[in-house]
Amino acid sequence: MFGLTDEEMTAIRLSLVVAGWATAGSLPVAILVALALVRSRLPGMALLNGLVHLPLILPPVVTGYLLLLLFGRRGVVGAFLADQFGIVLAFRWTGAALAAAVMGFPLMVRAIRLSLEAVDRRLEAAAGTLGASPAWVFLTVTLPLMLPGLIAGTILCFAKAMGEFGATITFVSSIPGETQTLPSAIYAFTQVPGGDAGALRLTAVSVAISMAALLASEWMARRAGRRLGLS
Amino acid sequence: MRLAVDVRHRFGAFELDARFSGDAGLTALFGRSGSGKTSVVNLIAGLVRPDQGRISIDGRVLVDTAAGVFVPPHRRRIGYVFQEARLFPHLSVRGNLLYGRWFTRAAERREGFDRVVDMLGVGALLDRRPSALSGGERQRVAIGRALLASPQILLMDEPLASLDLARKAEILPYIERLRDEAGIPIIYVSHSIDEVARLAGTLVLMAAGRVLAAGPAASILARVDLEPLAGTEEAGAVLDATVEVADDGFGLAVLRTAAGPLLAPSAGLAPGVRLRLRIRARDVMLATRRPDGISALNVLEARVAAIGQPHGAAVDVQLDCAGTALVARITRRSVEQLGLRPGRPVFAIVKSVAFDAG
Repeated sequence: MFGLTDEEMTAIRLSLVVAGWATAGSLPVAILVALALVRSRLPGMALLNGLVHLPLILPPVVTGYLLLLLFGRRGVVGAFLADQFGIVLAFRWTGAALAAAVMGFPLMVRAIRLSLEAVDRRLEAAAGTLGASPAWVFLTVTLPLMLPGLIAGTILCFAKAMGEFGATITFVSSIPGETQTLPSAIYAFTQVPGGDAGALRLTAVSVAISMAALLASEWMARRAGRRLGLS
Repeated sequence: MRLAVDVRHRFGAFELDARFSGDAGLTALFGRSGSGKTSVVNLIAGLVRPDQGRISIDGRVLVDTAAGVFVPPHRRRIGYVFQEARLFPHLSVRGNLLYGRWFTRAAERREGFDRVVDMLGVGALLDRRPSALSGGERQRVAIGRALLASPQILLMDEPLASLDLARKAEILPYIERLRDEAGIPIIYVSHSIDEVARLAGTLVLMAAGRVLAAGPAASILARVDLEPLAGTEEAGAVLDATVEVADDGFGLAVLRTAAGPLLAPSAGLAPGVRLRLRIRARDVMLATRRPDGISALNVLEARVAAIGQPHGAAVDVQLDCAGTALVARITRRSVEQLGLRPGRPVFAIVKSVAFDAG
């Protein structure tokens, strides 16, 4: 398709799968973390906030190496997961998804947090007086009102996951067909003589996917905004 | 139905200490801004937990700090109409109206959707978004939404305060219908004497976080010793009346009241209609002898019941007209010249009678 080789198609497909899983897995956790950061009065929220934002500030290679230390075969968590559940992350596409999720997570939490802070708590109180328990209030009032932020967070996280390179290559290397995502593939092309054409083709694909994600998010945010009567 | 409130609560420097009870019909919480009315309603709704005290409806305890009972808001079955409507922006008018019904057991649903939509006149708005409604329409939808949750009591926090005069006039009849037809008690917060005089059966007067007086609206509105009422432009008495003769040939209706017959412009009244009259203190004059050769038509025999605190040159005098209270605003000079004191028989000359067709 479009003159892409099988190898290139594999990298594209793998990138989409990795970014998709990273985003889908992050979303519920990001909502919970945003809730805790905005609403919880428990101590330790500053620490949680710092922890969440760490991957944004650290060099990606450092994040990747830390993931390797924790989730590698001999890492604390990695050994436990392998022994108990037979789940291996190191040098697997699942590990690439984990690395992408960790890197995209702060962006997602920030967007969701902003939208949660903008939710009018008086509307939640009104829902309570109408008989809705706190869980129902969250599902029927808070979550719908956060929709623009959820969309923005999802797209940001997906875009970051698609482009993630440093942490991924450190944690899971660049194994064609298993962990070689788009950026790794492009990098590989630039390292071999005559790889320019492949690098260029994948770059074009990269730009197209990013552009499509951006347009989709704009369109969905506008729709959600209209539903809320904001525009 | 009986609502019993006895609470103490501190909000920063403000201290609330309120005790009153409300019966069926409409109970108005009346007082200036910052007197603690909204706080009381929030405590009843469970949006605020009192530092100390007890609130119950018909013996069902909603909160009792001594016994460690606190029923969360969503289990209280209380309808709350907020000052700013608080409609859900992501739902249509229909979705807003039906919201509370999801959480009401079928056996407890008393209000039919069509009946409420009809009573509030929101049938044409059902598919609209709240952002496309006028202030008055929003408030009507908010009332319907609260009603359709089939509450045991309805709380209304200044539902007309954010509306202009025309919108107020548009909604007041709906609230009157609600009071007379919905069959649930209403707690109505207001700082407008006009609204209270028109709507309330029971009046709870609040100032600085305390209840100054509570009781039947007619007797409290006519008191001349209560600071937030006395001395205002709007101070006066309310009387219940029945139209005896719709038109006496001069375009006047004869109204029968406990204080005696009164004449008022008939303006389309029919015999037998019940009205609530407002006679403002500034529209009542006093005479020690029955006046003769005077254009005013309404002259009632009365007795001075109490003389209030002077406000500048004026003073409010409470009158007893055959057991019904009236208030007259006259000058301090007149009080002295006429030798007015409690017990003195006088004639009250009523210059104008205002009424709301009920």
